[in-house]
Formats: sequence, structure tokens, C-alpha cells
Amino acid sequence: MIASILATTARIVAGSTVRWAGCAPTEEQRIYIANHTSHLDFIVLWSHLPPWLRRRTRPVAARDYWERDRLRRYLAAHVFNALLIDRTAAPGTPPGQLGRQAVDQMVEALSAQQSLILFPEGTRGAGEDLASFRSGLFHVCRAKPEVEVVPVYLENLNRILPKGHLLPVPMLSRITFGTPLRLQPDETKDAFLERARQSVRTLREAA
Amino acid sequence: MSLLHDAALQRLFGGLIILLVVATVVGRLVARRARDERALATVRNLNARINAWWVMCVIFAISVLIGPIGAVILFGLISFLALREFITLVPTRPADHRALLWSFFLITPLQYWLVAIHWYGLFSILIPVYAFLFLALRIAMSGDPTNFLERVSAIQWALMICVYSLSYAPALLGLGIRGHGTPGPTLLLFLVIVVQGSDVLQYIFGKLFGRRKIAPHLSPNKTVEGFVGGVAAATLLGALLWWATPFAIWQAGLQALIIALTGFAGGLVMSAVKRDRGVKDFGTIIAGHGGILDRVDSLTFAAPIFFHVTRFFYGG
Repeated sequence: MIASILATTARIVAGSTVRWAGCAPTEEQRIYIANHTSHLDFIVLWSHLPPWLRRRTRPVAARDYWERDRLRRYLAAHVFNALLIDRTAAPGTPPGQLGRQAVDQMVEALSAQQSLILFPEGTRGAGEDLASFRSGLFHVCRAKPEVEVVPVYLENLNRILPKGHLLPVPMLSRITFGTPLRLQPDETKDAFLERARQSVRTLREAA
Repeated sequence: MSLLHDAALQRLFGGLIILLVVATVVGRLVARRARDERALATVRNLNARINAWWVMCVIFAISVLIGPIGAVILFGLISFLALREFITLVPTRPADHRALLWSFFLITPLQYWLVAIHWYGLFSILIPVYAFLFLALRIAMSGDPTNFLERVSAIQWALMICVYSLSYAPALLGLGIRGHGTPGPTLLLFLVIVVQGSDVLQYIFGKLFGRRKIAPHLSPNKTVEGFVGGVAAATLLGALLWWATPFAIWQAGLQALIIALTGFAGGLVMSAVKRDRGVKDFGTIIAGHGGILDRVDSLTFAAPIFFHVTRFFYGG
């Protein structure tokens, strides 16, 4: 109920049209990877999945942001079923520990037949070009090579709600789902991450 | 409930319904006769357009039925959605965010509120004077000078076309005519029927007889034959509706001619905007037509001119 109200609101505010250009919304287990420029990104992407897919697709999000107050904590836990990962380490944790932990969480969710929404740039950009992808995507795919990676390009959301603003300007946006890719058996980390990044970029040029 | 008392309004809406029924029947008949793929695509688009016309007529009729405030709210919403489509296409920067919030959530509602209370002295200058200067200042204050002039002009232009110009349509409801009181909804209906009728008639004449393109670089579908035939037919249509207006038959014809010509100009200018931004339509909200702005592009030019011509010659 709350989920469908939120999804409808997100679609109206973002005035978004959706194109499933390279695949269809199916049962297939997937990692949706998208460019990240606005707080609206994940909710708009999520709102365009059919409700039955939404229920089994978990956005990967930062714990420090989503546990800051009660409302966000409630939404993350009960509406979006977000997969919260730690960004800030407690003093004394060995380097690389946080990353490994996040990868383990994602692999675990995938093992439970869930799909993921991931922003592999790690943080919001200014909307000009895609930053290089973090390595977590590669490690998850190496553990779960059978899972499809679906590139998604979110257009105009950074103009609707840019970094540092609270109220959205109601412009129109567009979402394009591209052709799925998978990690090849002998593919190196850098080659795969760059291929994934280019797959999102080509969607922008096509749009 | 002006519709219950106003015989002219009843006849105008009755005429529209008959017209739509005829169009729907013809559309279905043509659909059965279409053979090849191209004809089928044209017919499918035609029927989508006719269906959308039903929806638009019903919404318009309801808003007029509610009384003056209904039409003001309807056009306010149209302006809001048109502004949304327009701003989406112009190259604003993150620093313009505040100026855009002002435009959408303050200036637009304020303009329509002034129209609703018939404050002619202020609604006719709010955007060209106050918003014009204020937006330039607000964007300057954001401290980002990149393409400053382009950004400011694009936002000002969007407000002038989508909000200021369109608001002249419901402003007709408050326009007093010498010897006729405030004819209100019939003036608005006359404008909307003639301007949209002219669009449809130009489309029909163009499809039937169109050969020479009138502006191949801006709008490949506009032809000389469609323009001449459509404008002439719309002038005749307006003249034949004289009984619903405060005008004599020749005056109604002349007014309709002005509406059709300015409407054509609006369509042409908005086509130039679309070609410049590399899009075919402003949006996808109305099946068969495109965006809201694609449907009201001619009205953005016809409404302010019709208002001021009428006010100048007949106002009282």
C-alpha cells in the first residue's frame, strides 16, 4: 500500500517515461546498475519495476544515510527492503574489511533469489560523465556469475533534484533499461568494470 | 451552472458532440478500408487523435460547467504541464534550481490567481515586468555565470509562452464587452473552437490536398494547401458561429481569420523550438498528439492576440 503510493508519487514527480530497450521486466535474477546523480535515482528506478518484481528487488544503500531518523529507517526496512551497507568503519577495522562485508551481504541476498539495484559509482556525480565503477560489482559477479547485470540509464533526475536541494522541480525524465551482460569466465576486474560502465554510457548516447 | 442557462453554450457543446460522433464513425469506416502498412499507421494515429479529442472535450466541458474558476484551474494545470515540458528541453544548470522552483510554484499559481480575480492591471505585467527582472536577478545571485544569458532567456521565454500567453484564454472570462456585459464562456469557447478547429482543418486539408511544403526545415507536415484551405475553412467556421458571440457575422469571420493566422504562427514557432532541441514532440501525455504543448502551441499565440484585439475594439 505505502509502496504503491510512493511508487506512483515518484513516477508523477519525475514525470518519467520508461523504455525497456534491451530486456523485459521478467523473473530473471538481476543486478540493475545505474548512473547516480540524485536522491531520486533509486526510488524512480524502483517505481518503474512492476510491483511483483519490486518486492524481490533490493536497493543497495548506505546505512549511515538510511538510519539517520525514524522515517528513513522505517522506509528502508519495511517499504524498500533496502540492503544497507556500512560506509564508515569503526576505528581499528582492517582495511578492505568494509568492502568485503558489503560484497558478502550482496552475495547472500542473491543466494536468497533476490535481485539488487546498485549504483556502482559509489556516490552521486554531477551528471556530466560517469565516474569509474567500484570493484564491489566485480566481486559480487565473480561469486554469482549466473546473475544478469542490467545497465540502466537515468536521464534528467539530477535536474529535477540536484545535489544539495530539498524541493524537486517537476521536469520530465526518462529511464532506459539496456541489454543484460554477464561476467565472462576469463575477464579481468578492470575489463569487466569498464565494460559495465560503457554499457550504461551507451544508453545515454542512444537517448 | 452557466451551461444550464446559456442557450449559446448548449448549442456549441451540442455541435461539438455531433462533430465528434461523426469523426468517430468516419475514423472507424476509414480504418476498415485501410490496406497497406502506411495507410494503417495514418489511420491508427487519426483514431488515437479522435479518441483524445473526446477526452479533451469532456475535460473542457466539465471545467466550463463548473463556472469561471473551473476554466482558470484547467488552464493553470495546462500551463504547469506545458512549462514542465518546455523546461525539460532547455539547457538549465543546477544553479537555476531556485529560479525554477519560483517559476513553477509561485509565479505560475500567482498569475492564474490574478486572472481568477480579474486583476487585469497586474496579470498583464506580472511576468513581462516583475518575473522578467526577478528571475534574472535570482539566477545572477546563484553565482554561476556559465551561459548566463541563454539560461535566463530560456526560462523567461518558457514562462512567457507557457504561462503568460496561455493565461489570456481564461482571462477572456473577465473581459467586459461594450453593450454585452461580460459574455464570459462563449468568448473562450469561440477562441478554443476556432483555434483547435483551424489546426484540425489544416491537418485535413494538408492530408487531402497537401503538395507544396510551406516550411520544410521547421515542420515537414505543414503545406501551402493545408494552410490556405485550413485558414479559409476556420474563418468560415468562425463566421458561422457569430450568433454565440458579441460580434456581427463579418466581425466574427475577421476575428476567426486573426485567430487562425496567429495560431498557425504559434505552431510554426513552436516547431522551430522543437527542431532546435532535436525532438519531434514536447511529450507523450496525449496519445496521437504528443505533449500538452504540442496541442496548445497555436493557442499560445492566438490567445493573447485575440484578447487584446477584442479588448481594443469591443472592450467596455
